[in-house]
Amino acid sequence: MSTQAKQAYWKENLRLLAGCLTVWFVVSYVFGILLVEQLNQIRIAGFGLGFWFAQQGSIYVFLILIFFYAWRMNKLDRKYDVHED
Amino acid sequence: MDLKTLTYIIVGLSFALYIGIAIWAKASSTGEFYVAGKGVHPVLNGMATGADWMSAASFISMAGLIAFLGYGGSVYLMGWTGGYVLLALLLAPYLRKFGKFTVPEFIGDRYYSQTARLVAVICLIFISFTYVAGQMRGVGIVFSRFLEVDIITGLIIGMGVVFIYAVLGGMKGITYTQVAQYCVLIFAYTVPAVFIAIEVTGVALPQIALGSKVLGSDMYLLDKLNQVVVDLGFTAYTKGTKSTIDMFAITVALMVGTAGLPHVIVRFFTVPKVRDARISAGWALFFIALLYTTAPAVGALARLNLIHTVNGPDGQGTPYEQMPSWFSTWENSGLLAWYDHNHDGKIQYAAGKALQGKPKFDGDKRGPYGERVVLDPSKGEIAKGAPFANELYVDRDIMVLANPEIAGLPNWVIALIAAGGIAAALSTAAGLLLVISAGVSHDIVKGMIAPDISEKSELMIGRVSAAVAILIAGYLGANPPAFVAQVVAFAFGLAASSLFPIILMGIFNKRMNKEGAIAGMLTGLIFTMGYILYFKGIFIKPMAANVPENWLFGISPEGIGFVGMILNFVVAYVVSKVTAPPPEHIQHMVEDIRIPKGAGEAVAH
Repeated sequence: MSTQAKQAYWKENLRLLAGCLTVWFVVSYVFGILLVEQLNQIRIAGFGLGFWFAQQGSIYVFLILIFFYAWRMNKLDRKYDVHED
Repeated sequence: MDLKTLTYIIVGLSFALYIGIAIWAKASSTGEFYVAGKGVHPVLNGMATGADWMSAASFISMAGLIAFLGYGGSVYLMGWTGGYVLLALLLAPYLRKFGKFTVPEFIGDRYYSQTARLVAVICLIFISFTYVAGQMRGVGIVFSRFLEVDIITGLIIGMGVVFIYAVLGGMKGITYTQVAQYCVLIFAYTVPAVFIAIEVTGVALPQIALGSKVLGSDMYLLDKLNQVVVDLGFTAYTKGTKSTIDMFAITVALMVGTAGLPHVIVRFFTVPKVRDARISAGWALFFIALLYTTAPAVGALARLNLIHTVNGPDGQGTPYEQMPSWFSTWENSGLLAWYDHNHDGKIQYAAGKALQGKPKFDGDKRGPYGERVVLDPSKGEIAKGAPFANELYVDRDIMVLANPEIAGLPNWVIALIAAGGIAAALSTAAGLLLVISAGVSHDIVKGMIAPDISEKSELMIGRVSAAVAILIAGYLGANPPAFVAQVVAFAFGLAASSLFPIILMGIFNKRMNKEGAIAGMLTGLIFTMGYILYFKGIFIKPMAANVPENWLFGISPEGIGFVGMILNFVVAYVVSKVTAPPPEHIQHMVEDIRIPKGAGEAVAH
C-alpha cells in the first residue's frame, strides 16, 4: 500500500474520530454538566432534559457512537483495502 | 425455606458453575493464559468485559452513591461508561493490532525503553491491588451479611474459588467464567429493580419508571423525591451538591481513567481481529449499560423507600420495635446505626449527621429498645431546613443489598442479590489478579530479568504470582487498610494521568519519543499522587483540610487526574519537540499499528 493511500486512510479516520468525539463531548459534558440547569427547564415526562442526559441519555448515545464508528471503519477499511482476511 | 438456606443454595450453585467452567477451559500455553489464545468471540468478550469491569463498586456501591448524591452521582454514570468510547475509538483497535500480551509491553516497545516499561508495570500493579482490596471487602460484606459466616471464612471461600479458575484457567478460564458471572449479576440486579419499579410506579422498565408518576398520586417520581428530601433539609435530588467545575473534572478523570485501566485494556487483546476489538467495546458497553441505566432508578427508588419506611406514614419517625427485621440484621453487621437524640423511642431520618463518623458500638450491648448502643453520637443539632435531628446512620454500600428487603420482596430475590454481588466482586478480582500476574511473569521476569526462560516456566511463574497475588488480596480484604475507599481516587487518577496519555500519544503522535513519554508520565504521576496525598493523607497525615476552599481551581482529589492528564500531555509534547525523534523502525511500527491488515502476524515476531 502506498504512503499516500495510508495517509489518506489515516486522515479520513481522524475526521471520523473528530466527529464522534464531538458528539461524545456534547452529550455528556455540555448537556449533562455545563448546560444542565438550562436544559432542565425542558421537561419530558418526569425528567428534566439535562438530568436525563446526565443519568440516561449520554449512555445511550455512547453506545450508538461505538457501533456507528465500528460500522464506518469497516467500510473505510474495505475502501482502502486494509481490512483483515 | 428460610433466607439463609436459600442463599446457600443459590450461591453454592453459582460457585459450582464457575468451577465447572474453569475445569473445561484450562489454559495450556502462555497465549491462552494471558490472552485466551486471542480466540474469543466479540460478543462473549463484551460480556466478559462487562463482568470484568462491573465490580463490587458498580454492583453494590454505585446505586447507593446515586441514592444519596442524586444528580451528583451522574459523574459515576457518565464517567464509567464514557471511557468505553475512548477505548473503542482511540486505543483498543491499535493495541490489538500491536498484538502483544500486556500494556507495559506496548509502552516498553513503543518507547524503546525498559525504564518506561518498568514505570508502567509499577503503576499497573499499584492500580490493580488498590482495586482488588475493594473487591475483597465486597465479598466480605456479602458473606457476613447473607451467609452469616465471619468475614475471614467468607474470604477464604472466595479466594479458593478465584484460585481455582484464575490460576488453572488463566485468561481463558477467566473469560468464560466471567460470561457466566455476567449473566448471574445482571439477572440479580435487574429482577429486584423491576419488582420495585412496578411496586412504586406500575412501570416495569426501571429506565422508564424513573421518569414516571408514583402510583396513586399525580406526581412524578423525581418531583416527589425532590419534595420529600427538601422537606427533610437535603438539597433537591435532581440538583446535587458538587460544583460544575468539580463535576466536569471528576467525569473526565473517571472516563480517561477507565480507558487507561490495564485490566480493561487487556480484554481487547483477546479477540481475533482488529475489527472485533472495535465492535467488542460496543458490546461491552451494551452489557454494562443494562446495569448502568438501571442504577439511577434503583438509587431513586431506594432513597424514597428508605425515607418512607423510617419516617413512617406521618413522617414523624417509626418506633424501633416496629421496624421490619432487616433493620436489626443490618444493624448487627454494623452498617446501620441509630442514636435516639430526642429520646422518643422513634427513629427519625433527616439531613445532618446522626453520629460523629462511622458508628462505634459498645460491644454487643443493647439499649432500652433493643438497639445497639452507639458510643459516638453527634451533638444532635437540627440541620437547616430539617424538621428534626437526624438519628440514623446508613452506610451507602447497603442500599442495593438491602433494597429488596426494604421493599419487602420474596426471599429468592434477596438470595439472588447475594449471588450477584459475589459474582461482580469475584469476576473483577480475577481479571485484576491476572493483570498483576502477567505484569510480574511477562513484564518483569521474562521482559527484564530472565528473557531466556521457556514458555513452560513462564507459565509456572504466572500461576505462582497469581496465587501470591490472591493471598495478598485476601489479606487486604481481611485487614482493609483505613484508606481503601480513598485509594479508588488514586487508581483512576493514576490511570488517567500516567498510562492513558502516553498510550494515546504512542498511537497518534509518531514524533513522540522516549524522553517525552517518560517525562510526561512522571509529571502526571507525581502531580496527581502529590495532590491526593496532600488532601487525603494516605500513609501520612493530610497537609490541608479536604474542603473546596483549599482545592486547586475548586477541583477535588477525585477529579485531579484531569489536571494531571493535561500536564502529562503538555510536558510530553514540549520535551519531545526539543529532543531527538524516535528511531526509524519505531516510526514504521506506529504506521503499521494504524492499519488493520495483517493483525494475526504481529503476534509471532
